[in-house]
Amino acid sequence: MEPHTIIARRIAKELSPGMLVNLGIGIPTRVANFVPAGMHVFFQSENGLIGTGSIPEEGMAHPALTDAAGHPVMALPGASTFDSAISFGLIRGGHLDLTVLGALQVDQSGRLANWTIPNKMVPGMGGAMDLVSGAKRVIVATQHAAKGASKIVKKCTLPITSTRPVDLVVTELAVIAFRDDRAILLETGPGISVAQVVAATDAELVMPNNIPEMSL
Amino acid sequence: MQTISLDQSVRMIPNGASLMIGGFLGVGTPERIIDEIVRQNKHDLTIIANDTATLDKGIGKLVRAKLLRKAIVSHIGLNAETQRQMMAGELEVELVPQGTLIERIRAGGYGLGGVLTQTGIGTSVEAGKQRVEVGGKPYLLEVALRADFALVQAFIADYLGNLGYALTGRNFNPVIAMAAETVIVSADNIVPVGVMSPDHVVTPAPIVDYLVANA
Repeated sequence: MEPHTIIARRIAKELSPGMLVNLGIGIPTRVANFVPAGMHVFFQSENGLIGTGSIPEEGMAHPALTDAAGHPVMALPGASTFDSAISFGLIRGGHLDLTVLGALQVDQSGRLANWTIPNKMVPGMGGAMDLVSGAKRVIVATQHAAKGASKIVKKCTLPITSTRPVDLVVTELAVIAFRDDRAILLETGPGISVAQVVAATDAELVMPNNIPEMSL
Repeated sequence: MQTISLDQSVRMIPNGASLMIGGFLGVGTPERIIDEIVRQNKHDLTIIANDTATLDKGIGKLVRAKLLRKAIVSHIGLNAETQRQMMAGELEVELVPQGTLIERIRAGGYGLGGVLTQTGIGTSVEAGKQRVEVGGKPYLLEVALRADFALVQAFIADYLGNLGYALTGRNFNPVIAMAAETVIVSADNIVPVGVMSPDHVVTPAPIVDYLVANA
């Protein structure tokens, strides 16, 4: 299975009926493809939409109906639209149950860096800082390493997105939770041993007695 | 409220003006006002908006024509030219978290001096800002924003200037309409008074100064 698919499928298991969820761009977007059959989840796009649907058929796109990446989407039955103040009121005000975002680095205390590489990549933080500071639960969806370097590090060297630690990181190799400034290895990826996770991870991992393989 | 031609609407904007512009990656941006600003070569502008869109869309056209002195925005990631001008020191860019940006504008339009938010605490966004403790929790004081002009894109406007918006084209538009000295509106549809139900009016008419006539 593709790393992206493993990550998206595993995170989809964290969804429950009626949740309000914001999915970031990239791997997080793919979580919507694996919502359990029959489960209704509200997806928010921070440009002002709850009920974000899939891509419309050729010729059916509306110029004023897009996701937060500016791509045409459909709105599901029961969808609602609103201005950016309400959209971020939902995010910061304790109304958003879950946000799933990508990462450049996550450190062992759960601090996330995902918005800039100074002097190299300066896209702006967009909604990321509000999402990580404000959502009830924050899950990071990322490949375990980039260019051979672990993205799960001892301490972030890149500017952080928020001082609020993330709750869970899901990679193709591991599921890691963060509690009391420590990273706890909860599960390993399909066919991956604990030793392989440790070898691929820069951060120190706390090892519970039982570390199952993730079930997809 | 006064109806005005596209040409006249942009003529009243002086060089060096500050503009709040609606839109999210160009969706809900008054594209024809942008085109007219480029045509009339209004320059040294400060813009306050969600983002600088893409090279050929919305605010991206102002960036490409090098008409901006400063941009106060949350995102420039899809416009390589904004990033290039920023790195080269040609354009000053103040990056603001999106939720903080919209609240600073809202505060400006609602008669508030600013807002307190936890977003940005302990990050580079905190630099130079005051921390305020409320109920034992730390917040950043983020000050209000106002502008000389708001350039608003509506889906529907009646002859009085009551406005409604379409789908995700709403975004910053009704918020910036409250926060500028002069509010200029472009609307997809201009309709007689009475066509819009009072419940469907999002921006009430007295807020709007000028409605740009459709071609």
